Amino acid sequence: MNDLIGLVDWSRAQFALTAMYHWLFVPLTIGLSLIVAIMESVYVRTGKERWKGITKYWMTLFGINFACGVATGLILEFEFGTNWSNYSWFVGDIFGAPLAIEGLLAFFMEATFVAVMFFGWNKFSRGFHLAATWLTALGVSLSALWILIANAWMQSPVGMEFDPAQMRNVMDDFWAVVLNPVAVNKFIHAVTSGWALAGVFVVGVSCWYLMRKSNVEAFKKSLHIGAMVGFIGLLLTMWSGHGSAVVVSQVQPMKLAAMEGLYEGSVGQGLVAVGMLKSNAEDTPSDPMAWKIEIPKGLSYLIYLDDKHFVPGINDLISGRSISEAGDTVYGMSYADKMVKGREARNALRIYNEARAAGDTRTMEAAAADVKKNFRYFGYGYLSDARDAVPPVGLTFYSFHIMVMAGGYLLLFLAIALALSYKRRTLLENKWFCRLGILSVAVVWVCSQAGWIVAEVGRQPWVIQDLMPTTAAVSGVPGSSVQLTFWIFAAIFTALLIAEISIMLRFIYNSSKQNIEKTH
Amino acid sequence: MEKLEILQNYWWLLIAVLGGVLVFLLFVQGGQSMLCSRLSEGRRQVMVNSLGRKWEFTYTTLVVFGGAFFASFPLFYSTSFGGAYWLWMLILLSFVLQAVSYEFRRKQGNVYGRKVYDFFLMFNGLFGCVLLGVAVGTFFFGGAFTVGKTNILDVAAPVISQWAPSHGLEAIACWQNLLLGFAVFFLARTLAAMYFINNITGDEGLTSRMRRSTLANGIIFALLFVGFTVVLLTTPGYKNVYGIFEKEPYIYLNNLLEMWWLAVIFLLGVVAVLYAVFRTAFDNKWRAGIWWGGIGVVAVVVVLFCIAGYNNTAYLPSTIDAQSSLCLANSSSSEFTLTVMSWVSILVPFVLAYIFYVWRSMNAGGISEAELKKDTHQY
Repeated sequence: MNDLIGLVDWSRAQFALTAMYHWLFVPLTIGLSLIVAIMESVYVRTGKERWKGITKYWMTLFGINFACGVATGLILEFEFGTNWSNYSWFVGDIFGAPLAIEGLLAFFMEATFVAVMFFGWNKFSRGFHLAATWLTALGVSLSALWILIANAWMQSPVGMEFDPAQMRNVMDDFWAVVLNPVAVNKFIHAVTSGWALAGVFVVGVSCWYLMRKSNVEAFKKSLHIGAMVGFIGLLLTMWSGHGSAVVVSQVQPMKLAAMEGLYEGSVGQGLVAVGMLKSNAEDTPSDPMAWKIEIPKGLSYLIYLDDKHFVPGINDLISGRSISEAGDTVYGMSYADKMVKGREARNALRIYNEARAAGDTRTMEAAAADVKKNFRYFGYGYLSDARDAVPPVGLTFYSFHIMVMAGGYLLLFLAIALALSYKRRTLLENKWFCRLGILSVAVVWVCSQAGWIVAEVGRQPWVIQDLMPTTAAVSGVPGSSVQLTFWIFAAIFTALLIAEISIMLRFIYNSSKQNIEKTH
Repeated sequence: MEKLEILQNYWWLLIAVLGGVLVFLLFVQGGQSMLCSRLSEGRRQVMVNSLGRKWEFTYTTLVVFGGAFFASFPLFYSTSFGGAYWLWMLILLSFVLQAVSYEFRRKQGNVYGRKVYDFFLMFNGLFGCVLLGVAVGTFFFGGAFTVGKTNILDVAAPVISQWAPSHGLEAIACWQNLLLGFAVFFLARTLAAMYFINNITGDEGLTSRMRRSTLANGIIFALLFVGFTVVLLTTPGYKNVYGIFEKEPYIYLNNLLEMWWLAVIFLLGVVAVLYAVFRTAFDNKWRAGIWWGGIGVVAVVVVLFCIAGYNNTAYLPSTIDAQSSLCLANSSSSEFTLTVMSWVSILVPFVLAYIFYVWRSMNAGGISEAELKKDTHQY
């Protein structure tokens, strides 16, 4: 069992490492592809060569980043098989389909038209080249769509039923999987956060040039488009983020409780705007925060649009406690009850298999009915303690609040940048504004990574919500092997990241000595 | 034939075609392996850029190949990928290094220098081809694994598919797999030489060198392939007979004879490849070898996949527990999922059409040192 825990932890670490590195590059690819497409559209519409130079400048940065996203993406796909082989069988019937569609429809579109983008300037008409650039942007977003549908299904499994004869889940409603509310919110949230990230990146890089008085007009124009895309993207990110939180309260209430560091919920629950958890928060559930600034009744209102609504905390969810609209304390199903139901489902499945081997159809039917009755709690049967179903609260809480605070700051910054780019263009060269712009590039990446941590750490221990914990999802590989590959990939990804940043910085620096409107 | 069986066969055919296209596109890796030979800087630059405009197709096909396997035969995905861990990890490693190398190699500030990235390309060129060949070899020569779906009920040890402790290293050490692996490698080099002839213009010295290279690599490939074919056709395998796997000697030969049309396609494919090799080598004006060779390769690989999976054959035989072997019937997705994906696959011709159009347009006029000098985006 200890070996299993070690294996699970290293497998999680390896997947987290790959996903986090992947998510360093992907949002920039998503957003920059859109920005480049907008810039090229201006070029084609106006016919001004200046815009061609600007487009090609940002396209070069897009290309440098694109390669790293592609590299880490390959590993991510195959790690479902190499490190989570049980998972691959248990849900391959559902999860694999979006992945295959992604490859077939999105990756080929991306790969084909990105080549036209880079090498087709002199081989195709302006119109076709522009179409290729937009198709690349579309392909990038479509890639995100299908993998996010798959990811959303893991957070809220729908459109399937368990088949005891095959010991796996099978899809029975494709559209339920595609239109899963978690998927819809997740897709909008992820893609628009990419726009926001790339927008801030473009603004930040432009600020550096403006501070050095290099290519001033070109980078004021770039900054304008970056601020516009970033601002719109961030507004949509916040809107869909709120939608995500509402859905999370319905399908992953434990994640929401962890995001708020809420152990004991209440009617009219406040929203922690900023705060710090006590080191022994778990032992002081009624007062887990060392300090906090709270918006009274904010959480109840934000989630339920009702400032008197009860929001359950971690301990409430474990015990099944709730407070009705009439104010009565009521107890529903506790995690201990769910663990019992999960074990009953597992036992029924065992009986089903024994009966199947013996050809006893009557027992099979009865056991299948028992499995079906309790299957929604199947994953709880693997837990040895109800507390095992609690995600790392501190990491989830801080990541969530860092994301929200950084997002709030970035919205303000982008609003100012956008306003200045419209009305006070000379102020764009102000050195303090420029310094803030450069600093914001780091902030937006912290915000983006924090969001990923909230989504993925907050759902632990489930690889599939309520149905499969990570301990039941792993491959039969020694933990030491996974540990070794973890360090190999950590070294490679870090080396690639260093190279990418170095190339980008050198390119940015060198371009400051040139007229980018003519040289690119 | 029931609907599920038809769908399983259809998806196996799609995987076979993807596999065939992937092997054809390995000419990129074959070309990369040629970068270690002595080349002038200008020539190396043209070769890298010629390959660099195609590398994403190979990469994407590999990703789609994996995704299609996951979607249509998830038990293979879970058993082979999770079991032959080191084999797949080494394949991934080589492709990760390739992905960045084109873009980074000549960029200022790339930290490690151009030669390191070129080494990555060569590493991928050699190991990518050989190891992918080894992975495909396991379809015929098997792996040391067991599958027990009820293991998932064991909280302490829930893993369904268990592989030998060497986790794929034994597959790399298997000489039959290596035979196929090196055959793929020399095939990729042969195709690469023909690709360069087709794609690079204005360098007759390189063209004549590549004609010699086509012949040399083509002959080594042919010898290795003949060896592989003899081994394959004399190898026993397992057949799924009403849910029980029974050993059958000469199973792949029998499959070829029973599905005679596959034998015909196989022979036509081989003839096409040989025609491409010899005409490229000896006809100094002929540049279309890559297309003849490519079509032949796709045909042969599709047939190899078909005889591995059709006719109730175990396409991933277990060498330690025959009843754990994987065949189309016991490893596929459900009828519902395969049906949904089949509807999506209707779009494949459109995808192929725009790839073909773009490829043809990009290739028009070929690539040369002169053209490269005008291009602002170079590898």
